[in-house]
Amino acid sequence: MSVYPYIVVAWLLGVGLYGVISSRNYIHLIMCLTVMQASTYVLLLAIGYRTGAKAPIFADIPEHSRVVDPIVQALTLTDVVVEATVVALLLALAVQAHKRYGTTDPDAMVRMRE
Amino acid sequence: MTDLAPLSVAVPLLAAALLAFLHHLLPRRVFDLLAITAAAAAAALTLVLLAHVANGLSVYWFGGWHPRHGLAIGIDFAVEPIGAGLAAFVAILMVLALVYSYRVEDVQAPHYHVLMLTFMAGMVGFCLSGDLFNMFVFFELMSVSAVALVAYKVHEQAALEGGLNFAVINTIGAFLFLLGIGLIYAHTGALNLAQIGRVLANSPNDRVTVVAFTLLVAAFLVKAAVVPFHFWLDDAYAVALAPVCLLLAGAMSEMGLYGLARIWYGVFAPAFGGQEGVIRAVLVGGGLITAVWGAAMSLSEDHLKRMLAFLTISFVGIFLIGVGLLTADGLAGTAVYVLADGFAKASLFGCVGIVQHRLGQVGQRRLHGKARHLRATGALFLFGGLLAASLPPFGPFLGKSMIEDAAVKVGYGFAAPLIVLASALAGAAVLRAGARIFLGWGDVEEDRESSSSDEETESETTGSRDRTPAVMFVPTLLLVLAAAGIGVWFGFADLAGTAAHRFVDGVGYRAAVFGAPPPLATAHSSSPEWYDWLYSGGATVLALIVAAAGLWGRRIKAHAALAGAATIMRPLKALHTGRIGDYTAALALGVVVLGALFTITLR
Repeated sequence: MSVYPYIVVAWLLGVGLYGVISSRNYIHLIMCLTVMQASTYVLLLAIGYRTGAKAPIFADIPEHSRVVDPIVQALTLTDVVVEATVVALLLALAVQAHKRYGTTDPDAMVRMRE
Repeated sequence: MTDLAPLSVAVPLLAAALLAFLHHLLPRRVFDLLAITAAAAAAALTLVLLAHVANGLSVYWFGGWHPRHGLAIGIDFAVEPIGAGLAAFVAILMVLALVYSYRVEDVQAPHYHVLMLTFMAGMVGFCLSGDLFNMFVFFELMSVSAVALVAYKVHEQAALEGGLNFAVINTIGAFLFLLGIGLIYAHTGALNLAQIGRVLANSPNDRVTVVAFTLLVAAFLVKAAVVPFHFWLDDAYAVALAPVCLLLAGAMSEMGLYGLARIWYGVFAPAFGGQEGVIRAVLVGGGLITAVWGAAMSLSEDHLKRMLAFLTISFVGIFLIGVGLLTADGLAGTAVYVLADGFAKASLFGCVGIVQHRLGQVGQRRLHGKARHLRATGALFLFGGLLAASLPPFGPFLGKSMIEDAAVKVGYGFAAPLIVLASALAGAAVLRAGARIFLGWGDVEEDRESSSSDEETESETTGSRDRTPAVMFVPTLLLVLAAAGIGVWFGFADLAGTAAHRFVDGVGYRAAVFGAPPPLATAHSSSPEWYDWLYSGGATVLALIVAAAGLWGRRIKAHAALAGAATIMRPLKALHTGRIGDYTAALALGVVVLGALFTITLR
């Protein structure tokens, strides 16, 4: 098992986090959130990966072939669906912010309130 | 009988789908009735489930995927009394909240009821699930619904901001959860809690387990809003509709703590059982800081809903102390306290909703003396304040004394005075607000730093403002009665004690999931000690004194004390900036600290 996927996981998580912390634009912030989320995909898929293994579809391969773990793939798929909902909701809120207050800058929103 | 478990999640989900589908055809009142019926059905189902598992644990395997050869691959609902009780509590709160919502203004036709029902389904499913990944999915279902409900009044800037803060921080929490799941799966090859626990019990610990544990704990603490993960909560709860707050404050924050207890006893206790002391110190420490921080902030807050949001944070801190003691007694105390205090907090939000309906405002200073005519609501609100200050012998008193006794038993006696302080300050905040608004007591202060425009909350209800609608008053009254009643009957403590002893029996839990008959429950009985009456009585008196000082501090020449309090509070208040970036940084810092503590000490 290679260590590189886990380095990618840490990198994606880190840069995404930095982006969320420093962002001055809601859309940018939400995209940084999706970068963080990408780290979860990479982690899950890396966990299930086996070198030289086939896709876990037993229709056309022998029953005892070496295959990658299908469970983490199912988890990733579920994760994609769940987080797509979250991102859609967040983007909808960002659109509302822009429509009603003419800004997508979180700081400007805070200042406006004061 | 166990088939009822999936039904109690499916009924609200199906009802939500039906309502979303029918929204063009049905008038609003039919919607109300259908939603209330669905919630009531879920409440009945969970109550039957609770009665059924009162003496054991029942497992439902989806699709009949029972464990074979000692290996659990299927997905299960593992229902035990604490989880079923929490689910029933959620469903009952939801029924009352939906009745209360009868007058809530519709922004867009069917969404409100649909979201409320999916919110409930998420929470109930989370309570019953025996599978780590399904816990994650229900966790997200509950979070997404809650975000949409918080940001429901999109025409208000504060609601948009609150919703965005809530969504971003909780989504990062969800990523931590998922990363933790991935690591634990890599280590054990399992997602079923019992299966993971079995593998961990039979294998040496390594760093992966510690990191996974840290990530999962952090995710649950984000949801529970424990310092420093709590910043999103007051922004979100301050802007939500009153009936939504009933659910958020009464039940959602507690879900994180339930998850924490679930994974500790079900999964990690065998792995880290030897190092309980460290984990106890971390969790109880976090709980104490949260309890005092939240209480102090609630005392310095003018906006009524925000004040109650900090009250929620404060009590989550006390609950965390109970859970974090890692004993059955502490857990039993938390269970009682969560119910009693959940009802009490919900009733306070109910009162605030009535004030908002009648007077259209939620700022304490502006409302000064303006609600004198709302006598019944005022009485409920002030009584709620006394409950929050743990006035004996009512519900919160019972729960709090059980937590204090449990703390003393494991040598954490010093926690008790701090819990007293926190509940006294929190109670004082409510009592002072109540005295100002409903009695017109205290000095009228000029509105110097009453901060924000989020005080100018628009009305969220329809109908005549000349009377308090029965649909708002009756649920609030029932909530207060429930909160008080739990303590009047001390037998409740014994039930919770028995349930908690079953809950902490991880070996029994895992065996039962794999098909063994659940171990016999041993009856436990506890009642408050003499010093608990003293502590809680003291907390009530202290709350009254602090409230009086807040009201008439200037008159009795206590300028110095007031100025001192303001100086202490300034840096705390300054931390609550309302910026997502700052909150995320605090979250990251919290995870790093937690990870460092666990990595250094656990092995």
